[in-house]
Amino acid sequence: MNAHHSVSRRALLTGGLATGFLLAFHLPLRAAQNEPPQRDVTDGKFAPNAFIRIDQTGRTMLMMPQVEMGQGTYTSISAVIAEELDADWSKVEVQHAPPNDKLYGNPTFGLQVTGNSNSIRAWWLPLRKAGATARAMLVQAAASQWAVEPSSCTASKGEVVHAASGRKLGYGELALAAQGQTPPKDVAVKDPRDFVLIGQPLKRLDTPDKVNGKALYGIDAILPGMKIAAIANCPVFGGKVGKVDDSAAVKVAGVRKVVVLDDAVAVIGDHMWAAKKGLEALKIEWNEGPNAEISTKDIWDDLRKASQKDGAVAKSEGDIAKALASGDKFEAAYELPFLAHASMEPINATVHVRPDACEIWTGTQIMTRVQSEAAKAAGLPVDKVIVNQHLLGGGFGRKLEPDMVVAAVKIAKQVDYPVKVVWTREEDIQHDVYRPVYRDQITASLVDGKVAGWKYKVAGSAVLARWLPPAFQKGIDIDAVDAAVDAPYDFANFHVEYVRAEPPAVPTGFWRGVGPNNNVFAVECAMDELARKAGKDPIAFRKSMLTKNPRMLAVLDQVAEKSGWGQKLPPRVGRGVCVQPSFASFIATVVEAEIDDIGEIVLRRITSVVDTGIAVNPDTVKAQIEGGLIFGLTAALYGEITIDRGRVQQSNFHDYRMMRINETPKIEVIVVKSGEAPGGIGEAGVNAGPPALRNAIYAATGVALRRLPIDRKLLAAGKKA
Amino acid sequence: MHMATVLTINGETKSFDAPPDMPLLWVLRDILGMTGTKFGCGIAQCGACTVHVDGKAVRSCVLPVSAVENRAVTTIEAVGSTPAGAKVQKAWLEAEVIQCGYCQSGQIMAAAALLATTPNPDDSDIDAAMAGNICRCGTYVRIREAIKQAANGRQS
Repeated sequence: MNAHHSVSRRALLTGGLATGFLLAFHLPLRAAQNEPPQRDVTDGKFAPNAFIRIDQTGRTMLMMPQVEMGQGTYTSISAVIAEELDADWSKVEVQHAPPNDKLYGNPTFGLQVTGNSNSIRAWWLPLRKAGATARAMLVQAAASQWAVEPSSCTASKGEVVHAASGRKLGYGELALAAQGQTPPKDVAVKDPRDFVLIGQPLKRLDTPDKVNGKALYGIDAILPGMKIAAIANCPVFGGKVGKVDDSAAVKVAGVRKVVVLDDAVAVIGDHMWAAKKGLEALKIEWNEGPNAEISTKDIWDDLRKASQKDGAVAKSEGDIAKALASGDKFEAAYELPFLAHASMEPINATVHVRPDACEIWTGTQIMTRVQSEAAKAAGLPVDKVIVNQHLLGGGFGRKLEPDMVVAAVKIAKQVDYPVKVVWTREEDIQHDVYRPVYRDQITASLVDGKVAGWKYKVAGSAVLARWLPPAFQKGIDIDAVDAAVDAPYDFANFHVEYVRAEPPAVPTGFWRGVGPNNNVFAVECAMDELARKAGKDPIAFRKSMLTKNPRMLAVLDQVAEKSGWGQKLPPRVGRGVCVQPSFASFIATVVEAEIDDIGEIVLRRITSVVDTGIAVNPDTVKAQIEGGLIFGLTAALYGEITIDRGRVQQSNFHDYRMMRINETPKIEVIVVKSGEAPGGIGEAGVNAGPPALRNAIYAATGVALRRLPIDRKLLAAGKKA
Repeated sequence: MHMATVLTINGETKSFDAPPDMPLLWVLRDILGMTGTKFGCGIAQCGACTVHVDGKAVRSCVLPVSAVENRAVTTIEAVGSTPAGAKVQKAWLEAEVIQCGYCQSGQIMAAAALLATTPNPDDSDIDAAMAGNICRCGTYVRIREAIKQAANGRQS
């Protein structure tokens, strides 16, 4: 089911986008400031492909095609390559790859993008082959030097060994000779039973420099002569700059220049404080334009109306009309709000525009698009744009957009020095590309205590239609219905539709957990309500329709056991379950929560059992589920962006709240041993939190919430659904 | 023109020109080039900018530089030279707390200040000291575990 889906998605997404191709400079992950950047130098090294560089000391530099934003991919990708290379793990170092779709494009997307929990899934075989090919060339080089058969040699921990004669050579010593070898065709990869690195909880390569302030994020770029800019984007979506009076701003100490763009104003100063003070001293009149009257209420009215229409059919099995005509009927609509990303590193980009080139320092999930969009803004050919990738202080989908780099290029074009444009948190929250509002309607019928018919209509923004137009086919956003068409249950009559409904003016984009966030929420809420209608325990009800899904059944059984499912709880305490097939991982989660008399929620305990196939780094899998749960629960408890008079009403962490440590319960994550191909894991926990919590509240109070974030007023003691 | 401001940062004397109301955060990052201390919210809501002033955890994004003259400022770059800081850094790596890492300078500074005054914190001590620090990656479970590990390391 998941396998078919990923094949179809791959088929849609190849074709890709024509983008530029060049070698670029990079900054090392950790650098003394102002050192000249290193190139990807291959001279004097064994460089069998785009990913591996071994110098004559044995130092093994691996080029990272996916970006590190906390998900641990630099370590996991390195383990996959090093495993087949039989590298000495202690000599492995990593380097950001330069923008180059041809060499580093994600094999699923044909684009150098990090998203959709797809790094390990997509690179699993190609990187193993890259490592195994390099290893074979090193073995050939040693065998040739010793005049023995390559098959009589073995490799381990960065050395080739000829056991019969007791000779060995390190990879560094073999580097030059290996470079002259012909790469073998169709090299064999290891039997997973022989893995020594994959499956181990290896320590992360990026964390030692994150405890002492040495790690460099985009916002940490410092260049000779650099100035800092603060920006004010038009507060109304789509509005433009009218008049600007900068007479007071230019008098602020440290202010260097006021830059007026079409839809934003920036102040460049010696430091952020001068830039911010300068911005505050500006008198800006905005031409608010046609969106100045838009409000969240209007957007919801429009979406509710649009969701009444028939949608494009994404999946249809059996006879849905007939199935819904009989049995006990159920109908519900679930609604999800706009959300901001709020990565801890506020949006920023540093740009130096020179007459013949444009150089960028930033942390992005979409390097090649940043490069091509910056080229357009700078009026330069793509090969004159250098992108220096950095660690990302969180991405969550916000950094799949190039808008902040384009704005920085426009500002930097007006001066001859490098400019670091730093968005305040207020700008970051109010000028995001938001997780769309969704309205998901489920109509189902129950016969003999099981679902006989299941009709699920998703209404919401088609993010893919904007972000990757070739992937939007026949009116269906395959992301918005991802886990709707892949629902894990046996529904004999199963029908999924999609209605594209774009909110006016508000830009929408990917948000960690992507389409499955709305699908898993709607499906798992409806399953709980159906179980109650059928008079069955929520887990028993689900199990009766998972008989053809052994991996899901196994994690569900285990989570029931580990969470103490069925054991007695005090009043107003409940357990809720979530089952999800997202990102080709199989996950079952139980949240236990208490709801006090005024409707406040205390999370007591979370248990999650995960079958993600082969877990490349089981500790990273655990960490991603722990963190993903908190990310999703934060949205369920607090997350909502609202619009009034065309403006976002929230601005910072006081009114766009985050979960904190004092609200965090004990979380137990169990990673199941599996020999299946790896699934995605960076976003899966986000999907699990909201429905599992909502179902715990349903169990504790009887209130069937159908909207996020959770409205406490509905949960006060004495209230019933 | 401003009078030169003189600060003691990580035991070194630094002299520079800055407006007296300029927050310490921007002095560190944009004047002194010390980028380990992070900007997160600018209104003392997230803790990413936490440094120590005379050993206490403070939010440098709202602390005017004029308020810290003649006081000892410690940042993430040097907290490892304090006993509590070194234990926290070690425990952070052993428990593999960190994901994106952007908030972790502030988390480590807050945890080191806690352990310096409360060598064996319980859960409520940890909540009280750490609730001002937001982690968007959601590393809280491991932060709690690492603080306890660091405290135990101190005893042994």
